[in-house]
Amino acid sequence: MGLARRLYRGEIDVDFVGKWRLWYSLSGLLLAVSLAGLLFNGLNLGVEFKGGTIFSFKATQTTVQEVRESVLDEGVHQVIVQQAGTDGWRATTESLSEDTRAQVQSAIAKDFNVPVDQVSIQAIGPSWGGEVSQKAWIGLGVFMLAIILYLSMAFEPKMALAAIVALVHDLVITAGIYAWSGFEVTPATLLGFLTILGYSLYDAVVVFDMIKEVTAKLGHTSKQTYSMAANNALNHTLIRSLNTSLVAILPVAAILFIGTTVLGAGTLKDLSLSLFVGMIVGTYSSLCVATPLLVTLKEREPKYQAIARRLASTGGGKGSKGSKSAAVAKS
Amino acid sequence: MLLALILALGGTMFLQKAYTPKLGLDLAGGTTVTLTPVTQNNASPPEEILDRAVNIIRDRVNGTGISDAEVAKSGDNIIISIPGVGQNEAIKLVATTAELRFRQVLAVAATQAPQDLATNAPTPSGSASPSAGTSTSPTAQPSTQPSSQPSTSQSITTPSASPTGKALSSALTAPTPASSAPAQGAADPTAKPAATQKTGQDGKTQTGQDGKTTQTGQDGKQQEQGGKKGQEAKTSPSAKASPSAQPSTPPAQDPNAGIDTTGIDPAVLEQFNKLDCSNPANRGQGVQDDPAKQYAACETDGSFKYVLDVAKVVGTDIDTASAGVRQGTTEWVVQLDFKSKGAGEWGKLTTTAYNSPEPRNMVAVVLDGVVITAPVIQSPIPGGRAEITGGFDQLSATNLADQLKYGALPLKFNRSSVDTVSSTLGQDQLEGGLIAGVIGLGLVVLYCLLYYRGLGIVAVLSLVVATIITYTAVVVLGHNAGFRLSLPHIIGLVVSIGITADSFIVYFERIRDEMKEGRRTLRAAVEVAWVRARRTILIADAVMFIAAIVLYFLAVGGVAGFAFAMGLTTLIDIVVVFLFTKPFIALLAKMKFFAKGHPLSGLDAERMSETSSTGRTTTPQEA
Repeated sequence: MGLARRLYRGEIDVDFVGKWRLWYSLSGLLLAVSLAGLLFNGLNLGVEFKGGTIFSFKATQTTVQEVRESVLDEGVHQVIVQQAGTDGWRATTESLSEDTRAQVQSAIAKDFNVPVDQVSIQAIGPSWGGEVSQKAWIGLGVFMLAIILYLSMAFEPKMALAAIVALVHDLVITAGIYAWSGFEVTPATLLGFLTILGYSLYDAVVVFDMIKEVTAKLGHTSKQTYSMAANNALNHTLIRSLNTSLVAILPVAAILFIGTTVLGAGTLKDLSLSLFVGMIVGTYSSLCVATPLLVTLKEREPKYQAIARRLASTGGGKGSKGSKSAAVAKS
Repeated sequence: MLLALILALGGTMFLQKAYTPKLGLDLAGGTTVTLTPVTQNNASPPEEILDRAVNIIRDRVNGTGISDAEVAKSGDNIIISIPGVGQNEAIKLVATTAELRFRQVLAVAATQAPQDLATNAPTPSGSASPSAGTSTSPTAQPSTQPSSQPSTSQSITTPSASPTGKALSSALTAPTPASSAPAQGAADPTAKPAATQKTGQDGKTQTGQDGKTTQTGQDGKQQEQGGKKGQEAKTSPSAKASPSAQPSTPPAQDPNAGIDTTGIDPAVLEQFNKLDCSNPANRGQGVQDDPAKQYAACETDGSFKYVLDVAKVVGTDIDTASAGVRQGTTEWVVQLDFKSKGAGEWGKLTTTAYNSPEPRNMVAVVLDGVVITAPVIQSPIPGGRAEITGGFDQLSATNLADQLKYGALPLKFNRSSVDTVSSTLGQDQLEGGLIAGVIGLGLVVLYCLLYYRGLGIVAVLSLVVATIITYTAVVVLGHNAGFRLSLPHIIGLVVSIGITADSFIVYFERIRDEMKEGRRTLRAAVEVAWVRARRTILIADAVMFIAAIVLYFLAVGGVAGFAFAMGLTTLIDIVVVFLFTKPFIALLAKMKFFAKGHPLSGLDAERMSETSSTGRTTTPQEA
């Protein structure tokens, strides 16, 4: 049984907090790589952000699938096929060069037996243009402020700060993965990001709630430093974190699997991919970034420094060994 | 209570005979409208103006409900895709595309269309009809009727009495109502003689050849004014003085009779004379008004026509507009806030109008070349805040506020095509999503049962309850609030399974903690764990809910709809955990199977606290 059995019994005891140097450098590296990706590669934005080309024509006896294949065969990355009216068709692609446009036009004409001049070409602007994106950014800013305010009241300002840093960390890394992989960013992807925001915070909040409960008992005579107590609390909620992450990721993974293998490109893939990536990063960050960061902030407080000094001098141990004694203290 | 909620939602669903959710653009397709800008000599409109138009149209379309409409530029055209087929309401709203302008009224006349107006008469304002019928009320209407009716049925004055109710009942004030009534009273006596005098002179020159005396024209006008004042009498008693001029001479046939034409461009006056507002063609689309010129226009319902001064304030000067009930009354009002530049202009305009004789004390709100309302200025309004009162109900107030708020379109558009389009998403994507969702759910159920055993059943049942509530809520909201499910929403709801399940897991883990710490009875553990878990669940859900609210109010289009779905599932999560999961577990705790910690119950105390042989630290696997 090994690991699974110990997990089930809640006997797992990992020193997340003590290994903060490892997590910080790992996250720092990931952030640097992500930022570099965003800077040099940029995001592969979809039609909704960049605008695109619409091909419209009239054809009887064809299907969405046929039109889609016909257009994709010409080296187009993304296409949205729509039926307009009874036998009108509309294929929206990303912005195309003059040559590709002509190519797609003649391909459609050939495949569906319509004269070339009956396939009209229209360039459309982004439906998620400047204003929409700008509003989204403002929304994000206000959202973060609101969360900081709320968490400062419900918990304390340092916890709010740690949670927000972890959140930004998740967003940047997820965006970085998109930049490097060249996955397409569509409105569906953005909605996926937004879900991650809520989800990542939810996770951190549950962990912090436990830390608050455990560390509230710390006093002059306590046998634990703040970091030990925090680590203890973290291990306590570890099973919950892993369980909930698993429960949330299972459906997403199923959607991603079907979306990529069976259907190929589309809304389904865009959305589930960003969720999948974001959730994994989010679980990692609430365990390995948010909590160690909180501990780093808290250990500077005189009260907890005093406890740490006293325990160090009496040989109570700290850092990596701390968690072990913490576990003992708990049971 | 939970049962009541489900029954209420389900009941609404059955009553409305709506069993399926409304679907969004990507799933169900919709209506696509192409708008082509109308410009002089067909030149392309400047890019930034087109962009502004796109944003305004987007606000308008998405302001109609919680649906995700798409608005995109296509060359010079704007393409709007609205979910659902035959969205006539939305298309109409979008099609009202001209810029909003505020113009001082220079002259006004009632339309000569008695039949049309007679049928409409009682409807516009409830207060108008009773006062017209009873002679006890000292308003203008009773006196108007006797004077005009004997002469001719086609007279100007007959119709003027009743429809006035609507136009006249509106008034513009600064938000403090106290100051406006005395001001109105003071204004009336002075304004009236001046108007009479002028009208008399001008009327003579204009109407001499018709053989009508100026007095008549003036009279007709006067009576109409009386009607206006009569309506206002509701709020300001001193206004009743106005219908004093009662000489009953034959009514005027000449349209200009009784109109003060000072300062009116003769060309516009001629236009005004020809203007037939009883013809709906003259009061809809297709009229382009130049803000720098005087302009003749009809009221939206055709009851009046106006000569209007150049536009001093335009829609872009408005910051916000909202409809509300004035404090302490049941009266619906429309509140307006101007931007700083607009506020100054607005102050000047209202001061000019206030100091002018009737009917020039009115300021018309012109949208798409049609007067949507022409309130009387009851006092100069500095400071950029104004309030339009009178004769509104909730619907008309909200409509006007929306028109004021979103009405500032800088371009004029023609609808060049309206198409019904299929979904942007293949049926395969929807099916794939649903299949994947079912597989995902199956995995979750399997995992819950394997890990939590007996408790897993609670989790699964809770998820079932949550699903039922979500489904019915989405259906009911779809039919009542315009909420439309798109694929991202569906995925969002599937993902929310994770968040809903999280609540159970937090609670279950707490119970197990309590058991491990050696609580004797399960019942005690369930209660103690609940107190702790409840706090965590509420804080965590509050975070989600804040996220949803902020995103809903600040974001647009698809994001707003998504935020709405997120907030909804968070609320449902709380409802299910409090009203179903907790009571259900408490109930189970009384059963032997769980209370005794049967190995399959998931609460097997022995298995949980058994000391392990190895204490090795292991790196956890991250999902």
